[in-house]
Amino acid sequence: MLAATVRVTRDIDAAEECAQEAYARALTDWTINGVPQKPGGWLTTVARRLAIDQMRRHATHERLVPLLVADADDQTEVTNTDDVGDDRLRLIFTCCHPALDLESQIALTLRFVCGLTTAEVARAFLIKESAMAARLTRAKKKIAISRIPYHVPSATELPDRIDTVLDVVHLVFTTGHTAPSGSSLVRDDLTSRALQLARMLRDLLADDSGVAGLLALILLSDARRNARTSDNGSLVLLEDQDRTKWDHASIREGIGLVRESLTRRPPTRFALMAAVAAVHAEAPSFSETDWGEIVSIYDLLLLTWPSPVVALNRAVAVGFAQGPLAGLSALDDLSGDPFLAHYTYYESARADFLYRLGQREQAIASYELALHLTDNTVEREFLQRRIAAFAADSAELGASWKNSH
Amino acid sequence: MSEYLILIYQDESDPSWRDPATGEKMMKDHMAFGEKHGASLRGGNALHHTNSATSLRHDKNGKVTVTDGAFAETKEALGGYYLIEAADLDEAIAIAKDVPAALGGVEVRPIMPT
Repeated sequence: MLAATVRVTRDIDAAEECAQEAYARALTDWTINGVPQKPGGWLTTVARRLAIDQMRRHATHERLVPLLVADADDQTEVTNTDDVGDDRLRLIFTCCHPALDLESQIALTLRFVCGLTTAEVARAFLIKESAMAARLTRAKKKIAISRIPYHVPSATELPDRIDTVLDVVHLVFTTGHTAPSGSSLVRDDLTSRALQLARMLRDLLADDSGVAGLLALILLSDARRNARTSDNGSLVLLEDQDRTKWDHASIREGIGLVRESLTRRPPTRFALMAAVAAVHAEAPSFSETDWGEIVSIYDLLLLTWPSPVVALNRAVAVGFAQGPLAGLSALDDLSGDPFLAHYTYYESARADFLYRLGQREQAIASYELALHLTDNTVEREFLQRRIAAFAADSAELGASWKNSH
Repeated sequence: MSEYLILIYQDESDPSWRDPATGEKMMKDHMAFGEKHGASLRGGNALHHTNSATSLRHDKNGKVTVTDGAFAETKEALGGYYLIEAADLDEAIAIAKDVPAALGGVEVRPIMPT
């Protein structure tokens, strides 16, 4: 409904006011006349009419404040409320326009597509509400002044623009999946929003294999949610997770989507990432994981999306497929990468392989480096536990590792 | 419709400028751009090298200091501009993508209506 009204006002604030007014009118109107057959449609129509009235009143400002007045063709479809889906899509593409900086894209999407309050969006970014309000105001100003259009991009622009939207949704998910700082590992509020956005995109862009891939990735990663932390909130590695705690309905749905998204050539980045998650999901236990398959998926992924993190994940998979020595050598090949030099997982992966090779002291040194690189309490506690265990040469931890490999 | 200024920024110190073919190709590219987007073009010019630039800065006391050189010293310098008319930013970006700027890039700025 907000989306449909923005199309008329071209101004998100004005649209919100109209939407609120429509709800207020509904309270009185529906009490007297009964609830209409399509309450959503009724609300949208009223909000858009209010918006147009308001715009006409302000028509003298038209020259000074471009875009406040709807195009003539928009006004003709005021009573047509069947295109709500299209309106939501327009709103997503406006919020995720590449002319806006990435953080603003995410903030606008959470605020106006997901309907979070400014305070909730501020919490997602771990910043003050006033700072978030200022950011949103700046972003809305840029949309109005530079006339970022409220439409679904043309066919030639569409693939790139969908990628921008997918990046935003993926970032919302990863931020929630492993919160970069704070006291809990997973922020359910953000992962659920990402899932909701991915499902919405799937409804609106059913033919897009990137969308199918992203939804699959989110489903398959989120399916492990209950097994990723122990009862006291500490991190549980994939290796040690109780696989019966995985959400098998989500896994089934995710794997179906992976199959569908991989039929497209070349496969998209998110489809390949989801394929890796699917291999894990299908393995009955960690030791029965098809690491060779995972390495070959990462090889494909490096072709479509060469990134240091993908290269790191590939090196780790090599270690599991061919042994810790091969893994360590694959990691050392990446030692010159400036991004990985400051990446927690690079050092903790090295520590892991070093330990498996019996190089205890070097393993501890690597874990200590990793510890300096993360602010997430749960991750820090995990690394500290590992260091303590290695330092004491804990027979318990060491033995359990040596037994499983 | 809105007006946008497309500012062309390029690296003036790029060695390929010394090759006359670079200038010739750029001229041809701009002609082609003008033909393709003539309907949207409202104006445009190339600027002389920034070593011809003079900058004037106002201090808090209202005093003006005149100095030699471009206002901002950056790797890529403002070298020309187009004034265009477009329906929205997407249309302006589509036009800006065609602006020849092989040795740098362009900036798109909406113009305040008078």
